[in-house]
Amino acid sequence: MTKMILAALAGAAVMAIGTQAASGATLDDVKAKGFVQCGVNSGLAGFSAPDASGNWSGLDVDYCKAVAAAVFGDATKVKFTPTSAKDRFPALQSGEVDVLTRNTTWTLNRDTALGFNFRAVNYYDGQGFMVRKGLEVKSALELSGAAVCVQSGTTTELNLADYFKANNLQYNPVVFEKLEEVNAAYDAGRCDVYTTDQSGLYSLRLTLAAPDDHIILPEIISKEPLGPAVRQGDDQWFDIVTWAHYAMINAEDFGITSANVEEMKKSPNPDIQRFLGVEADTKIGTDLGLTNDWAVNIIKAVGNYGESFDRNVGPSSPLKIERGLNALWSKGGIQYAPPVR
Amino acid sequence: MNAEAINFVRRDMLAQEPPPGLQKGLGAWMKKNMFATPKDSVLTIIAFLILVWMVPPAVKWLFIDASWTGGGRGVCATVAQGGSQPEGWSGGCWAFVGAKFDQFLFGRYPVEERWRPILVGALFIALLIPMLMPKVPHKIINAILLFIALPIFAFVLLLGGVFGLVPVETPLWGGLMVTLILSFVGIAVSLPFGIVLALGRRSQMPVIRMICTIFIEIVRGIPLITVLFMASVMLPLFLPQGMTVDKFLRALIGVSFFASAYMAEVIRGGLQAIPKGQAEGADSLGLSYWHKMNLIILPQALKLVIPGIVNTFIGLFKDTSLVSIIGMFDLLGIVRLNFSDSNWASPVTPISGLIFAGFTFWIFCFGMSRYSGFMERLLDKGHKR
Repeated sequence: MTKMILAALAGAAVMAIGTQAASGATLDDVKAKGFVQCGVNSGLAGFSAPDASGNWSGLDVDYCKAVAAAVFGDATKVKFTPTSAKDRFPALQSGEVDVLTRNTTWTLNRDTALGFNFRAVNYYDGQGFMVRKGLEVKSALELSGAAVCVQSGTTTELNLADYFKANNLQYNPVVFEKLEEVNAAYDAGRCDVYTTDQSGLYSLRLTLAAPDDHIILPEIISKEPLGPAVRQGDDQWFDIVTWAHYAMINAEDFGITSANVEEMKKSPNPDIQRFLGVEADTKIGTDLGLTNDWAVNIIKAVGNYGESFDRNVGPSSPLKIERGLNALWSKGGIQYAPPVR
Repeated sequence: MNAEAINFVRRDMLAQEPPPGLQKGLGAWMKKNMFATPKDSVLTIIAFLILVWMVPPAVKWLFIDASWTGGGRGVCATVAQGGSQPEGWSGGCWAFVGAKFDQFLFGRYPVEERWRPILVGALFIALLIPMLMPKVPHKIINAILLFIALPIFAFVLLLGGVFGLVPVETPLWGGLMVTLILSFVGIAVSLPFGIVLALGRRSQMPVIRMICTIFIEIVRGIPLITVLFMASVMLPLFLPQGMTVDKFLRALIGVSFFASAYMAEVIRGGLQAIPKGQAEGADSLGLSYWHKMNLIILPQALKLVIPGIVNTFIGLFKDTSLVSIIGMFDLLGIVRLNFSDSNWASPVTPISGLIFAGFTFWIFCFGMSRYSGFMERLLDKGHKR
């Protein structure tokens, strides 16, 4: 209860000060201080987690580096603020971070009342359930009376309540603040069901004592478009953050990778020439407030979207998540970027 | 008395007889200490069974089955979990601790700059050991070096940015380094401040007494975690945009304040225990207030509350873990952060990491505890039992 009150207080303060903090050109601030400050998850496999030498890596981290590459031509000019599910929004509102790339679900409330802007979606997720095979449950509709492990302060928690209410089912929420605590509780049998975004279920399976004893139920009960958030009231910065993602998608579309980007500059294809800023008299970057080779810098730094996905959550990572919804629109997914022209 | 009348006088001592067989050796020791009464016997057997039940599996898990080397989650996961260990395997994943050991010590401090914390650590040890040994002379110089010169030197060296040193900002600091810095500063600040606050609270001067009492009661009444959280989340909202107080500094100040308030009350307990006659005796000798305190009252009071002081130190040492809620990674924080590295995700990774963290904390706390025991025995001149 106290936590809720605290959160409400923080929220109220955020709203009171939000409009004031949102003014000012973020791009100029960022250029002046010389780095992009990103809010990231304080530990989510595949999205933002420390690698062997302690550097942050992951899909969200790559996004942040892409923004830095676009602004500075140097993906190392980033600083990361690890945030928990609860303090991520105050961190963005207060200006402590310039952009929040923290697997944050784009919702109407966050887009409006909380004073953020979302547009790009760097991972389409959905909430699923995992149960022990021993329960012989085949569908989420049979879960009445179950104890459900869930992380607090997330849309997951709210979706769970809605889903069980809509289907007139009883359940027992077992709530934890940290993902790793939820994992441990589920593995220890504190609850029958584990619910989180599907990407989370994949990383959870790596840590279960007996992965084959658990099944993921077919129901996907929510839409979880995860994307970066920025403060409202600074359209230029919003555009830069958004187009950093679209550049990675377009690059994959064109078949441009971090390895062949220099060769592709010589491509006769006018779309690619325009995209890479080699077209004569182009304003493709200056319109954004950047240099014309901003897309080249992104691709050199983190690769195209497919490369980043593959490296962090896909086949080249231990998570081995399928592209699914996150495949390009031309390959059966819904990752789609407007044309660069 | 006439010596002639005595027929026999033994002029040398008899050789000592060995004790009867039943009174010596392992058997007698066990009889005396473990099986003296039926109740003792039952308790001994139960304790023995618990040990048999617990120790071998623990040794097996910790050492024999443990996975010591390897470069990824494979060595700590069974075949079904996607690794190389046989079915049903469970053991410590020390390969994980080994691979992440540098991170656990230094956090994300840049690898090529790690000589700096190492140098600070070496100097710290070199100054701390003579400080802790009562027989080593020049304590005052030693104390000045340890508590004033070293912190300034460490601050400059670790933060960098001057003398051609690469700046390393505090968000990159982490691991055991942060835990030790926080607790060292907390301890070094809290003892003198605690003494001053305790004296102030017992002062005859109402303003000083009130200020000290209010400080102690307010700080003691708020949870540290709330203050850290508020400082981290709310403070930036009230400050002008772009102006921030370094998170590490916030934590340092918070921890030092809290430790001082607790310490003040511990020391006040010691002051209350000194009979009034001691102070009156000092007064009758014409000693000033500070002489009275320094020479008569405090040496006795502090000696009495050594266990309480060390208790506070140990509590403070462990409380430093709370900084992980403001996005700083102390030893425990960095260990937990690394659970999310999918290259090492396995069922035994978290527990291995936590055992390592717990063991490290225990070593330091146990060290402090043993040293305080030593000091108690050394100083315990009047109350020895």
